[in-house]
Amino acid sequence: MILGVPTDTFVNALLKGVETIVILFAVVIAAALLIWVERRLLGLWQDRYGPNRVGPFGILQVAADMIKIFFKEDWIPPFADKPVFIIAPAVILLTSLMTFAVVPFTATIGVVDLNIGLLFMLAMSSLGVYSVILGGWASDNKYAMLGGLRTAAQMISYEVFMGLALLGVVMLAGSFNLHTIVESQAGLWNVVTQFPSFVIFLIAGCAEIHRAPFDLPEAEQELTAGYHTEYSGMKFGMFFVGEYLGIVLISSLITVLFFGGWLGPVLPGIVWFLIKTGFFILFFVLLRAATVRPRYDQLMSFGWKILLPIALANVAITSAVVVATS
Amino acid sequence: MLSILRTIWMIFLHSFRKRDTVLYPEEKPYLPPRYRGRIVLTRDPDGAERCVACNLCSVACPVDCISVIKGEDESGRWYPDTFQINFSRCIYCGYCEEACPTYAIQLTPDFEMGEFDRQKMVYEKSDLTISGVGKRPGYNFYRVAGMAVGGKDKGEAENEAEPVDVKTLLP
Ligand code: SF4
Ligand code: SF4
Repeated sequence: MILGVPTDTFVNALLKGVETIVILFAVVIAAALLIWVERRLLGLWQDRYGPNRVGPFGILQVAADMIKIFFKEDWIPPFADKPVFIIAPAVILLTSLMTFAVVPFTATIGVVDLNIGLLFMLAMSSLGVYSVILGGWASDNKYAMLGGLRTAAQMISYEVFMGLALLGVVMLAGSFNLHTIVESQAGLWNVVTQFPSFVIFLIAGCAEIHRAPFDLPEAEQELTAGYHTEYSGMKFGMFFVGEYLGIVLISSLITVLFFGGWLGPVLPGIVWFLIKTGFFILFFVLLRAATVRPRYDQLMSFGWKILLPIALANVAITSAVVVATS
Repeated sequence: MLSILRTIWMIFLHSFRKRDTVLYPEEKPYLPPRYRGRIVLTRDPDGAERCVACNLCSVACPVDCISVIKGEDESGRWYPDTFQINFSRCIYCGYCEEACPTYAIQLTPDFEMGEFDRQKMVYEKSDLTISGVGKRPGYNFYRVAGMAVGGKDKGEAENEAEPVDVKTLLP
């Protein structure tokens, strides 16, 4: 008995706590390293080098950037709505990290095993949108405001088929639990049976974390920097890290939902998970290097007129097949 | 849609291309001889300063970064007492070189002049003067100019005719 709790419960709780903290740090460090990875890869694909001076292969560039950003003046414009302005960047970081709570890294590694894991993840990613909208609103700057508005519209439209695309996966697994979903793919990965929903989830996920080519909320050419125009110092850094956390998150979710998570021969589960997730992270960077940003109305009509019908058709066909075979 | 996939594939193929970047401090780029970089003051083939402190370069300079103060020696020849170029303002346009009647001021293919202290970017005459003739070998202004100066009278320069006596009608 320690502190009135049975010893093994206590030890288990302690271990869980350590595991949570390790996952938290690993994810944040991965997101920070992504800044370097992305710059190097964009350099590679543009026939340049990217940062290659600080430390081996320039990997300490991240540390240098962090030190720099901590010492930058953290300026809050006098016309901004101060409390909201301060909270907004924290929200995106918080919601992204919260979503990692339900991601099953392997059969045993993972913070919680919620039976509504998928719903929790959808809810958290919707909450994350508040960060961008509030940041844009609180800045009291027309460009930031426009960025925030764009985010709102983009999220509402793309979240719809993000959810719809996942319905097929849920039907096949018969559960919202991410563990069960992974285990249901032991024979065949969902990407084979649910290819349309994989494509839709990829696109919608990209829009959800407003990455290029769906980075309309922060389109430099039109909106200076969009919703984070007025942000500086570590608050800007939080938006930045939040965005990279989003990439890690969407990549790991694609892995879990469509590519069998930790399942794979020979190698241990965590390695498979990292390989698959890393692949999608690289793919997102490649997407940024290769694609151009669509016009705003193109984005909207592509979502509502093309992706939504495909998602609905996919749901209908999948449910028909599931009913027929059961 | 297909064109987007094609673009993505083509960009991916760039992973195997040679990179265009020149890794500068390790790998120096080739600079042509007429590259406009650090400015020098050259000497004539006899080893004397070429500059005659005419201030033409200073006037031609669009950013006013040259400061020359004239001095004169016993023989009546002008030379710069001070000659300063503020390289933190110089835009390396080369107008000074074009304006100079004596080919004294010349731009060289060297640009590695970074400093931490702005004041160090002001180069004095002693920093600017080099011992050679630069891009104009064999040129000596006073030997071709009509100016009478220490030991050389009018009409004694190379390719110069005797001065005409304007007070007589005889040839
Ligand atoms: S190069 Fe141009 S800017 Fe520089 S000193 Fe000469 S005239 Fe002035
Ligand atoms: S450098 Fe040339 S232009 Fe400038 S003062 Fe000397 S002689 Fe005149």
